[in-house]
Order: sequence, then C-alpha cells, then structure tokens
Amino acid sequence: MMRPGFTAPVENAQACFRAVLDAISRPGRVQILTLGLTPPAPLDIATAAVLLTLVDAETPLSHDAGAEADSWLRFHCGSPMAAVGEAAFVLATGKPPALAGLPAGSEEEPERGATLVLQVASLEAGTGWRLTGPGIEHEHRLNARGMPAGFISEWAAQRGRFPCGVDIILCAGDRVAALPRGTRIEEG
Amino acid sequence: MAYVAVKGGERAIGNAHAWLAETRRGDTTLAELEVPQIVQQLSLAVDRVMAEGSCYDRDLAALAIKQSKGDLIEAAFLLRAYRTTLPRFGYSTPLDTAAMRIRRRVSATYKDLPGGQVLGPTFDYTHRLLDFALAAAGEPPAPAPEAPAGDTESPRVTELLSREGLMRREDDATAEPADLTRQPLAFPAARPTRLQNLARGDEGFLLGLGYSTQRGYGNSHPFVGEIRHGTVTICLTPPELGFEIEIGEIAVTECQMVNQFHGSRSEPPQFTRGYGLVLGHGERKAMSMALVDRALQAGDLGEDRTAPAQDEEFVLLHSDNVEATGFVEHLKLPHYVDFQSELEVVRRMRATATLQPEQATP
Amino acid sequence: MSRDEAYNFAYLDEDTKRMIRRALLKAVAIPGHQVPFGAREMPLPYGWGTGGIQVTAAVLGPRDVLKVIDQGADDTTNAVSIRRFFNRVAGVETTTHTRDATIIQTRHRIPEAALTEAQVIVYQVPMPEPLFKLEPRLAETRRMHALSDYGLMHVKLYEDIARHGHIATSYSYPVMVDERYLMSPSPIPAFDNPKMHRMAALQLFGAGREKRIYAVPPYTDVRSLDFEDHPFRPHRADACCELCGSGSSYLDEVVTDDRGGRMFVCSDTDYCESRQAGNAKEEAA
Repeated sequence: MMRPGFTAPVENAQACFRAVLDAISRPGRVQILTLGLTPPAPLDIATAAVLLTLVDAETPLSHDAGAEADSWLRFHCGSPMAAVGEAAFVLATGKPPALAGLPAGSEEEPERGATLVLQVASLEAGTGWRLTGPGIEHEHRLNARGMPAGFISEWAAQRGRFPCGVDIILCAGDRVAALPRGTRIEEG
Repeated sequence: MAYVAVKGGERAIGNAHAWLAETRRGDTTLAELEVPQIVQQLSLAVDRVMAEGSCYDRDLAALAIKQSKGDLIEAAFLLRAYRTTLPRFGYSTPLDTAAMRIRRRVSATYKDLPGGQVLGPTFDYTHRLLDFALAAAGEPPAPAPEAPAGDTESPRVTELLSREGLMRREDDATAEPADLTRQPLAFPAARPTRLQNLARGDEGFLLGLGYSTQRGYGNSHPFVGEIRHGTVTICLTPPELGFEIEIGEIAVTECQMVNQFHGSRSEPPQFTRGYGLVLGHGERKAMSMALVDRALQAGDLGEDRTAPAQDEEFVLLHSDNVEATGFVEHLKLPHYVDFQSELEVVRRMRATATLQPEQATP
Repeated sequence: MSRDEAYNFAYLDEDTKRMIRRALLKAVAIPGHQVPFGAREMPLPYGWGTGGIQVTAAVLGPRDVLKVIDQGADDTTNAVSIRRFFNRVAGVETTTHTRDATIIQTRHRIPEAALTEAQVIVYQVPMPEPLFKLEPRLAETRRMHALSDYGLMHVKLYEDIARHGHIATSYSYPVMVDERYLMSPSPIPAFDNPKMHRMAALQLFGAGREKRIYAVPPYTDVRSLDFEDHPFRPHRADACCELCGSGSSYLDEVVTDDRGGRMFVCSDTDYCESRQAGNAKEEAA
C-alpha cells in the first residue's frame, strides 16, 4: 500500500519550507521539523518532507532511493525522473554523485544550478566544520556525520565557480541544515 | 495646524468602494444593465476583453465589463486575475483554422478564390453616420437574408502560395511552446512565445506599432492574404483515453499577411507571412498582430532591425495592457518618501550652486 | 479575523507557492542575483506590490504576525489594502508594531528599529534591474551581471560628481551585495541603505510585473556604491520630528500652508508613536 504524504499538505509544506528557508539563510544552523510523516525506507522524515515541499511536475528529479521510494515520489510529487546531469533536484541517500556532475547553472542563469538533497547519518550544530559567508554573523559550526570523503575539497572547487554551483540541503532524521553554494567550509 | 496622520485609510477605502458601486449603477430609475444584454449587444467589447484577458468566456467577460463600468482594460484585468485561479485540466491540440466554420472571409490578394469572398457582419462598407433610429427603442431589425452554407472548402491563401513554392514554409514547431503565463519572458524569444504575447497584447499598442511599419518604420510591404472569422473546434486527448475528443468550439479571427521578401544568401526571393490570431471577433487586432509578427521576424530573416516594431524586447515587454496600466497608474500611489529625498538633494545642489558658483565642479 | 475559505490559504495555489519557494531558495543562495519566476496575475494591479504579495504569500504561515507599511506608515491606503487582502485570504494576525511582526512587507522604507533574526522583511520592487536607466535591454544587463561588469554605473555616478559636486541619486541608490552583484535596494531613500548592511533579518525582494525575485541573506555585506574621495553619505532633512522630537529618524515634510510653512514628522509611524508614548511616560514620571 502507498504510504501517505503530508497529513495537512498546505500547513506542513509551509512549515517545512520555512525551516528550509531558515536553513539556507543561516548555513549550518540545524532546523527541527515537527511533522507526522511516515515515508518509505530509506527516506528520513526530513528528507521526505523537503521533497514533498519543493519537488513537483516541473522539477526533474534524480534519486538513488530504490523502488518503493520511487513510486512514493512519483505518486506524491509527480516529478519526471532524470539523469543526475539533467536534474533540478538530486536526492542522495547513499554515496552522493560528484558535485561537478550536477547542473551548476551558467554565469547568466546561475539559478539553474541543481539542489542536492543529501541524507546523512546525523546533524549537530556547535561542533565540527567552521562555516563562514553570507547568512553567518561570525562563524557557524556544523557536524554532519556520513559525508563522503573528499567533500571539503569538492566543495572548495565548486566555490571557485561561484555564482555557478550546487546548493545542498542536508537531512537527518527530523533535522535539516543547508549549504548554499556561497558558504565557505573549513575542517573544524 | 495639527499634523493629521493619514489615519482612517480603512474607512476611506470602504467609503470609496461604496461610492464606486453607486456610480456604477447610475440613475436607479433606469433599468439595470443585465449581463446577457452585454453579451448580446456589446459583443465586440466582450470579444476584446476575452482576447486581452486571455480567457474564453463570454458571460464572465460581460460581467467584467459591467463591473468595470465599461473600462475594457480594467475588465481584461478582472478576467486575467480570475483565470489564474483556475485549475488546468489539460492542453488542447492545435486549432485547425483551415476547418473553420466561416462567418467572414476576405482576401485582398485574389479577386476570387475557392470558398469565395464572404463579407459577413462587418462595418466595412457602412457609412459612418450616426444612426439616430438606434437612440429610440424600436422594432428589432428584420432578419438578414440567409443562404445555405456552401460545401466548398476554403483553403488558406497562404497555403495556395506555398504549394507554388512562393511562400516561405514555417518551421514545423514540434517543440512544446513555452507558456507565458507560467514562465517569464526571456530573450531572444521564440516565435510561439512572441505570438502568445501579441495575442494577449493591447489592441491600441499593436495598432500603433503595426501602423508604424506601414509608414516606413520597418521594411514592410504587406498584403492581406486573408482574414477569416468563424468558429473552430477544440479537441483534447485525455491521457486516460488516449484518443482525441471534441470538447467544444470557440470563435476566433485569423489574419495572414503576405509580405515580400527579397531573399538572402541561403533563401530565394519569396513571400513571407505575418500571422495574427485572436479570440472572438477582432479584425483590427488580428491585422495589427500580423504586421507586428512579421516585423519581429526581421532578425530570423537576416533583415536589419532598425524600427521599434522590429525590436522584440521593446514590443513584447510593453504590449501587455494589464502590466502597463498597473505600472503607469502606480505613480498615483504615495511616493513622498522618495520625493522627500529628491527635495533634499535639489535643495543641497542649489545651495552649492548659489554659494560657490566656481567650486560647484571639482 | 477568520479567513475566506473560498481561496487557498494565502490565495496562491500550492503549485505556484512551490514555484516561488524554489525561486526564493535560489535567490538566497545567490545573494543579490535576480531570479526569474513565473509571477502570476494577482487581484491587485501590477506596480502596486504584486511581487511583494506573492513572496509574502509563499512564506507566510498561520502563526506569522504580519506588518505592512508603505512610505513607513501602516495606515497609508495601499498598506491598508494589502493588509486587508492577507486578513481575508490568510486570516493571519497583523500588527503595526515592528517588534511584534515576524514578516514585514514594505514599500519604500526600512523601519527605524533594528530588525532581528526572528524577522523577514519583504520589499515590493517596481524595477529590479539597477541598471535599467542606463541600459533598458534585459539581454544586455543580464550579460553585465554575469561578468560583474558595472562600469556603466560607476561612470554614471562619477558624471554626477563632475556635474553637481556629489552623487545626485537620492533613492533606489545601487548597492553591491557580498561584493558580487549590483542590486537595486528598491526605491527606499538612500538614508535606509546602511540598514541593509549585515542586517540580522532575512531580506526578500519581489518584483511581480518584471517577474524577478532576489534576496539578501542575514549578515551579508551590502555596500552602497561610492568613491574614495566621495564616500556614500545618507541624507535626511536637517530637522527634528515635531511629534516625537527624534533627530535621527527619516522625516516626511508636511506642508502646512501656502506661505512656505512646513513641519517635519517621522516617516516611520510605529517608531514615532512608541517614542511619543515613551516621552509621555517620562513627563508623567
């Protein structure tokens, strides 16, 4: 049987959007979603909520989440499925694809850079990476467990292509944080 | 004098709306105008509002005209604001205007042609003398004479020229056209996008631009290949059925202008076409649209772009009367904060100029 | 106030909200860059805040407290009209107090009180393109932004100085965001520009007719363009508010007769009223 989407679609989507808006406005700050959502494995609540909130028939989606999640996403979001290099949204529950392989937009249309929804093991503010850049008063610390090896250098490489690039929404359990393309990341 | 804060904006707005409603109704000893009367007796106003409001619904367009006290741009705006709230059930297949049930069809390029010339209900050869008989309510006019519709087909004039190889073939548009109501305009704009924009565009704006192309602003030598007005069938292929079904019919006006083209390095001399299509009966608009459409093809055809009508950014970004009226009329909103900052600057500049005339420039 | 159930919450349908929300996230991720979006026709005229209204509608939730100002005042007719619109279609609580608001939609001013991290300010923008008076063609300005080529604007400001001795732009004064994008701050007086610099609140900008959204994240550098020998200086009328005595707020000039009589009062009505209340309390004590 198909698992349900949001119980209150209008309110839940708004609440989740505000959490994501806060997350991307203040990179590294961790937002907690309080939603009753029972998504199919392997999707965490936050991951599923972010997709329900932002993805629809107008946004080609690429994902690695398997058959059950695939039919759930097709049913609730109605998004066309696309290759990583053509997707507006890329969902990675396992090892994410190389950032350089995702659409990064162009100098004239950097907004066409993809959004990577990356499900990680856990998200904790206050320790870990040191983040600086727009949205951050001094520095934010973020500990994202389960990030792929070599991520920091991949990120630094894409930072050099600003304003082109990929924005990342990190999800773990009921938690959301974000790394917009302009954020600078240093190992903690 | 005490400073009177602009308190009571809420009450002022309420009172203004009440007064508006009263003036809309006018003298209550006269019968109230009914929406069906507008549909029937002001049908060209209804057509214009449907075209510029880009929503085919005669009753709603008539209601909008009544609500707007006959301000047709305001009425088009009401209809636009309503149409954006409507859910989309699907997309029709392209209209086949060759299969139009014709009420009017004229060609200026041929004396006679298959299907014939059909004058239809037109003002064209009326003498523009005020008809005082209409001022007095009287007997309805005698019914116009009727003849059975001929069963000859009326092929499009441009198609006749194409078969002879004299008319430039249009590129087969296989790609899904962009939807202007969903995606913002980007430049350069594809022809389907331009045509969508013009079809919703303000009749007066297009009329002026079209006129300018006839007066030398843009290299244009137009002939009316054909104007046709009548009804066409709307078809839809619902995904759950998988085959085409008819869902109704609408009235449209189509104009195909034939223009000379001297040819380029890659193409021989031939005729090119300017295309106009509007909802309802709107000949002036369809003709103006066709002139402007042709002018906007200058870039594609390798012609010089020198005239306003050939400038796609200029034309497409200023054709929409709902956008234009909003921005022009927003000037009546308070701007006193900005004006205050301008006052400060002008006073400061004057002070500098009068005190130190020599040192005003560094 | 209960909301009109004939419309979806906050008027826009969910597809439209999602489209605007995606544009907003990209706008925040690329500070100062104008993101095209499929602006819808709203039941209010273009040029009267349709961009701001669509942004507010996409962000607003049932627990938000909304403040709407025009020219700094809550009771100007267009502010009243927009507040009534959201009352009707969202049923949210509204306020005139800057500090109580979670979302502030504004036309032409930034409130005098410093905004906080818990707030979002939404600007109504008539012309999002800061270069439009110098180059009206969007295809051209888009290229200039891509190359960060803003020489045209520098030349314009420099010509001002050569001609008048100082920069003659007094509102919509262009800013550089995070040293990358030239941005229009919307037609706020230049006096308000410094408030945008490293503001704690998120700043969102909506242009409905021009179909563009842009944003400045919190704590982001916003620098008004200037020259070393002609630094940017925000100006206000050289007077104090007649009502609250403020010598630092932005003032409206009110003409009191036809013989040159005038007085100055705060443009920010909430700021002025709370100062007047404070003054009254002091006097009583």
